[in-house]
Amino acid sequence: MVDPMIPTPFKVTRVRRELADTFTLDLVPAEGRRPFAFQPGQFNMLYQFGIGEVPISISGDAADGGVLVHTIRAVGGVSNALTGLAAGDMVGVRGPFGSAWPMKEAEGADVVIVTGGIGLAPLRPAIYHVLANRKKYGRFIILYGARTPADILFRKELEGWRSRIDTYVDVTVDAAGTEWQGNVGVVPKLIPRADFDPANATVLVCGPEVMMRFTIQALNQRGVGDDRIWVSMERNMKCAVGFCGHCQFGPKFVCKDGPVFRFDTIRDIFQVREI
Amino acid sequence: MVQIEGMGKELAEHPFFDGMESKDRELLSGCAKNEVFDADEYVFREGEPADKFYLIRHGTVAVELHAPGHDPMVLETLRKGDIFGWSWMVQPYTWTFDVRAVELTRVISLDAKCLRGKLEKDHSLGYELFKRFIPVMAERVGAARLQLLDLYGQPAERRSRSKKK
Repeated sequence: MVDPMIPTPFKVTRVRRELADTFTLDLVPAEGRRPFAFQPGQFNMLYQFGIGEVPISISGDAADGGVLVHTIRAVGGVSNALTGLAAGDMVGVRGPFGSAWPMKEAEGADVVIVTGGIGLAPLRPAIYHVLANRKKYGRFIILYGARTPADILFRKELEGWRSRIDTYVDVTVDAAGTEWQGNVGVVPKLIPRADFDPANATVLVCGPEVMMRFTIQALNQRGVGDDRIWVSMERNMKCAVGFCGHCQFGPKFVCKDGPVFRFDTIRDIFQVREI
Repeated sequence: MVQIEGMGKELAEHPFFDGMESKDRELLSGCAKNEVFDADEYVFREGEPADKFYLIRHGTVAVELHAPGHDPMVLETLRKGDIFGWSWMVQPYTWTFDVRAVELTRVISLDAKCLRGKLEKDHSLGYELFKRFIPVMAERVGAARLQLLDLYGQPAERRSRSKKK
């Protein structure tokens, strides 16, 4: 049995610069190690040896067991240190941890993804899954908000998904110059326009908590029940297995009960301040 | 030139008038006409008289702010089903932003002087109209506040900015 506290060595095979402060690492298990299996929505603890660990959602395709993909925004000591990695370097991986997006439960329903900023990264595996199993789902809608046009993550992929006849993609930015031809405004504004059945939709939401609050309001106004909305929460995770309590969220631990929660199960604590 | 006939149907098709009694819509339709703006054509500019309000039937407009020494900024884009321009309700009845058509845009415009005259004569009509305006205004103020939060900016940047304030 693998000890969840011991990192497994992975080799960096590729580093891609996504945005000024955001990059993607492709990792493969060190020689002799098994392929890595995970479910969309789960995360790993990435260990930069000698520096520390940081929880990072997996942003690659769960069907591709060969390469483990993480998209990271450099915001703190460890994530900044990870920016120094290059192909051939080693990194420690603990995981996968946490709950997953409800891909099985969503079968037969419309799937609506509402996300902002780097929140698109943890949802990308869910998008890959729906697209690979397109006939199992109803209408598929991706609504994405970014700070500015220059901050749009996975831009080429978004354009590719938008070009599909079976997928509706709408993108907005909070601020733009006049050269931007797309939407300007917050992402909850896109919800009333999207064509889906509120009574038979599974909605997956990931982004800053304030963005999620207003998104849920807009979804409720549209008639989507809290039991059909799933959110991915973010807290300061350390052990990732529910021992240390750093990520305690009321009676729950984000690391092991989450990060993906059905909204009605956390509604009562979602707006509690300082929780 | 205000078209007197034929606009009631167009108004009925716009979501802004959902649920309004047809007699009220017909009254308002006397102030309405169709207009078309080409891509990059300005519907109005800041400081000009706010003599209309607009309902988008097709296309997209950008609400812009131009400040000396800065590149123009798009504050918001509005699309089919949206309305824009409420300076016609607030003295001194001048536009506070620029609005530019991003693409070929078809709108219904309602003449402000005509509207204000009808609403003064019929306050219940005014109430019906304002019941539709207020939620739009509230939603736009709320959205503007969210944009100000710079939700997707680096946490450290946001913290330092709030400390400076």
